[in-house]
Amino acid sequence: MVPFGGWEMPVQYTGILEEHRRVRSQVGLFDVSHMGEFEVEGAGALDAVQRLTTNDASALQAGQLQYSLLCYPDGGIVDDATVYRLGAEHFMITVNASNIDKDWAWVTDHAGGGRWRNVSAATGLIAVQGPRAEALVGRLAEGDVAAIGYFRFTRLRVAGVPALISRSGYTGEDGFELYVPWDDTPALWKALLAAGAGDGAGHAGDGVGPIGLGARDTLRLEMRYTLYGNDIDQTTNPLEAGLGWVVKPAKGEFIGRDAIERVRAEGLRRRLVGIEMADRSIARHGYPVVKDGRAIGVVTSGSYGPSVDRSIALCYVESAQAAVGTEVGVEIRAQARPGRVVRTPFYPPKVKR
Amino acid sequence: MANVPPDLRYTREHEWAKQEGGRIRVGITAFAQEQLGDVVFVELPKLGAKVTQHKEFGVVESVKAVSDLYAPVSGEIAEVNGALSSAPETVNQDPYGQGWMLVVVPSNAAEWDQLLTSAQYEELIAQGGH
Repeated sequence: MVPFGGWEMPVQYTGILEEHRRVRSQVGLFDVSHMGEFEVEGAGALDAVQRLTTNDASALQAGQLQYSLLCYPDGGIVDDATVYRLGAEHFMITVNASNIDKDWAWVTDHAGGGRWRNVSAATGLIAVQGPRAEALVGRLAEGDVAAIGYFRFTRLRVAGVPALISRSGYTGEDGFELYVPWDDTPALWKALLAAGAGDGAGHAGDGVGPIGLGARDTLRLEMRYTLYGNDIDQTTNPLEAGLGWVVKPAKGEFIGRDAIERVRAEGLRRRLVGIEMADRSIARHGYPVVKDGRAIGVVTSGSYGPSVDRSIALCYVESAQAAVGTEVGVEIRAQARPGRVVRTPFYPPKVKR
Repeated sequence: MANVPPDLRYTREHEWAKQEGGRIRVGITAFAQEQLGDVVFVELPKLGAKVTQHKEFGVVESVKAVSDLYAPVSGEIAEVNGALSSAPETVNQDPYGQGWMLVVVPSNAAEWDQLLTSAQYEELIAQGGH
């Protein structure tokens, strides 16, 4: 167990590689109850979400969610978040565990409207991810989970527990995220493990198993999903991080808009790119990226990618060195080791669109 | 409790050493590979390179972390386990067998007696391995 955002969480249950492969080939359970959830409701809720986030929440219908960012006026990132539209003037925003206090202070200071509630402590969250996720959750759900579209959600009971269930996740596999009352979370966890284990007779099981933080990181890295604190933070802007697709200046004013648009007009100094190492040495967070004996950037995340069977990394490099195919070096133990900028995601996503 | 074969000697850094007719085979212990988790890269010196007792001779990387490897004895490298470059997971699967790393021709026979016995090493890992 390691401290993570103030929580004691397992890096692995049985082994990072085994857990990673289980999610890609069968189904894994992630207890991500440490994540934060805020709700905002009432007159001014939509305006508040629009002001605080970069994506266009007005494009959401009730029952849809979107990935989004909270930014500072200078364009630096407060946090990344998922915005759920519960009603015309009712939203839920899911934020990173380690940022809950900072984000809560930020949104309540800058919202300007709506009634805000920090429901983090009352809300458990279990992600069920992998090609067998639909079969597993479907067996326990009182309702048709197959009808839930990608980045859509509904409310139904799963194993008797009332859940807000969305088809979404952080792995690149098909799957669901289940928001449930805190006290019901262990019961749901056990029910999912039991229902996916098979009965030794007619039902062969789904190959379900619990997944720790280690595989959560390798799964998201293969998808090029950024991790707050590693790849993005208050010193990075959304455009250089490759998150321009969730910045919607046409929607109107939001915090950080002017700074981000200035960056867009002036051009990017650096870009977050994916690289693949020539050998199996691991390019880890903070290692310098070099070319022709000169530092051109820094690694933000790196690992062995179990599904691509290569050493892969995300790094910020000067824009001139960001093209796919560019040969770069990563300084590992005082030696520049060869790598190459590649297309991302590193592994093709299997999400059900 | 991790497996600690009685016929081997050990370092405080969790390498094992085995006498083989005047040469010494080297690897990391079952305890070490359990602590590291899945090994994904092993970097070893070249044949003929010299190693020095208690000095770094290479690196093992798991998904979680990178760790230095320390030579149990001084000497010249006579064999390197090249199979680990394409199958580093062998270190997890068979740390005392197919997961070996080096064979060293020792230059100072007295160094062997400075290594930990299996009983001493068991005591070390019973205290958490530090």
